[in-house]
Amino acid sequence: MVLSDPLIELNDIDFSYSSEAPVLRGVNFCLQDGARVALKGGNGAGKTTLFHLILGLITPSAGSIAVMGRRCSREEDFVHARRHVGLVFQDPDDQLFCPTVVEDVAFGPLNMGLRSAEALERAEDTLDALGIYHLRDRVPYRLSGGEKRLVSVATVLAMKPDVLLLDEPTAGLDQSVADRLIQVIRSYPCKGLLLISHDPGISSALTNRAFILKNHNIEEDSGSPE
Amino acid sequence: MTCEAFASGSSFLHKADPRVKVLCAFFYSLVVACLTIMPAQLASLLISLLLLASARMPLAIVVKRIALINIFVMALWLVIPFSTPGRVLFHAGPLEASVQGIYTSLAITLKCNAIVMANMALLSTSSMFLLAHSLAHLRVPSKLVQLFFFTWRYLHVLEDEHRRMMQAIKIRGFIPRTDILTYRTYAYLVGLLFVRAYERGDRVYKAMLCRGFNGTFWLLHHFHLHGRDVAFGLGMGGIIMALAGIEWSYLIR
Ligand SMILES: Nc1ncnc2c1ncn2[C@@H]1O[C@H](COP(=O)(O)OP(=O)(O)OP(=O)(O)O)[C@@H](O)[C@H]1O
Ligand SMILES: [Mg+2]
Repeated sequence: MVLSDPLIELNDIDFSYSSEAPVLRGVNFCLQDGARVALKGGNGAGKTTLFHLILGLITPSAGSIAVMGRRCSREEDFVHARRHVGLVFQDPDDQLFCPTVVEDVAFGPLNMGLRSAEALERAEDTLDALGIYHLRDRVPYRLSGGEKRLVSVATVLAMKPDVLLLDEPTAGLDQSVADRLIQVIRSYPCKGLLLISHDPGISSALTNRAFILKNHNIEEDSGSPE
Repeated sequence: MTCEAFASGSSFLHKADPRVKVLCAFFYSLVVACLTIMPAQLASLLISLLLLASARMPLAIVVKRIALINIFVMALWLVIPFSTPGRVLFHAGPLEASVQGIYTSLAITLKCNAIVMANMALLSTSSMFLLAHSLAHLRVPSKLVQLFFFTWRYLHVLEDEHRRMMQAIKIRGFIPRTDILTYRTYAYLVGLLFVRAYERGDRVYKAMLCRGFNGTFWLLHHFHLHGRDVAFGLGMGGIIMALAGIEWSYLIR
């Protein structure tokens, strides 16, 4: 990877779920090394859709995607992309599927090729950093909404991705837990961060630029934060 | 969770190594299913009852489940005695019940109950998750284990979506009646249930892809075989062989 390559690059992306209504039309977007960007836009503007496109979970009808300097067109390319870019889903229930919390968190590291002991250790460290070590042996789908949210963040951080895509990570968290999450993410050494949040507090704490999705397209938000 | 009602407990069977229990359940069921003589079948029912008693599970649920299975068995009693040829025992209208038919029905009843009870005692005293892991440790092909595990996981998704939708209609004052609104509501519910469960499954799968899933079922959990597990396995092995022995000694006579 050349140093100046952007972390994520979208060129002229078109996407629609059904043929009538386009969600994204001709979207161009670039996340540079070191960038910490907030992604705004009303409900249904297509923010979550954009995240899923970046990781190849859905396929655009036109345009190209490059992640970490590698052009992504086939599934193998996205497998590579997903090792570097971590996505926290909007709904934590989508993300958790293992019988115990610690296993869910260790699942990503194991897939990256870590040995069981290392993966377990990393899972435990991550849980500890998020202050939820006590949930270690609980069953994920029987946790409270806020606890699930923290575990789903842990599952992503445990893979130590270079880029974080956070889809409303503080929704449903009480103030003190949200603050702790913000601290953990601030101190996490990532190369780039893309954050969707309807809470101006967390946006200003974590990002220094803002883009807005509206009318199927993305533009820099002029009334930017700070 | 409805399908793991017995998984937690403190009996000997709850603590036993699930690998041993899976093996015992498999061979025991196999042998019992092949038994043809009544004394062996009765003995197996007795053994199953003992196993069930030693698992110390909530009695009410156990009885309910066994009753449920016997409803199906009862259906066989309505057909087999009258459709098997043999010496006529009694008449029911134009139908004739044969001794052989009754004997066959009884054998099915005994074996079916024996197998169900033993499997309840041996398998439902472990969580599904432990069972999936023990299958993986027993070198069952990984694809089968995953199929088993995800079937169970997605049953939960279905159950979960169902619960949420029922809550949603209840808080809006829905009371089931025999009218068109009720039928329409249920039709919507069933339709939506499958769509929602499908989409949830799809998103769970996508989230797994995001974490590098490539089809491997990781084994973090390791079982330890204790002396008591070996003893239990050997004991069950002995019982299984004894049952087979009774059957065999009768057959060669
Ligand atoms: N699976 C789907 N099938 C069909 N249409 C969908 C699907 N998911 C989203 N949409 C539609 O695509 C549009 C964009 O949805 P998306 O989830 O990306 O919005 P969002 O910006 O994340 O909104 P929110 O802030 O509410 O999370 C919406 O109009 C939505 O109705
Ligand atoms: Mg969204």
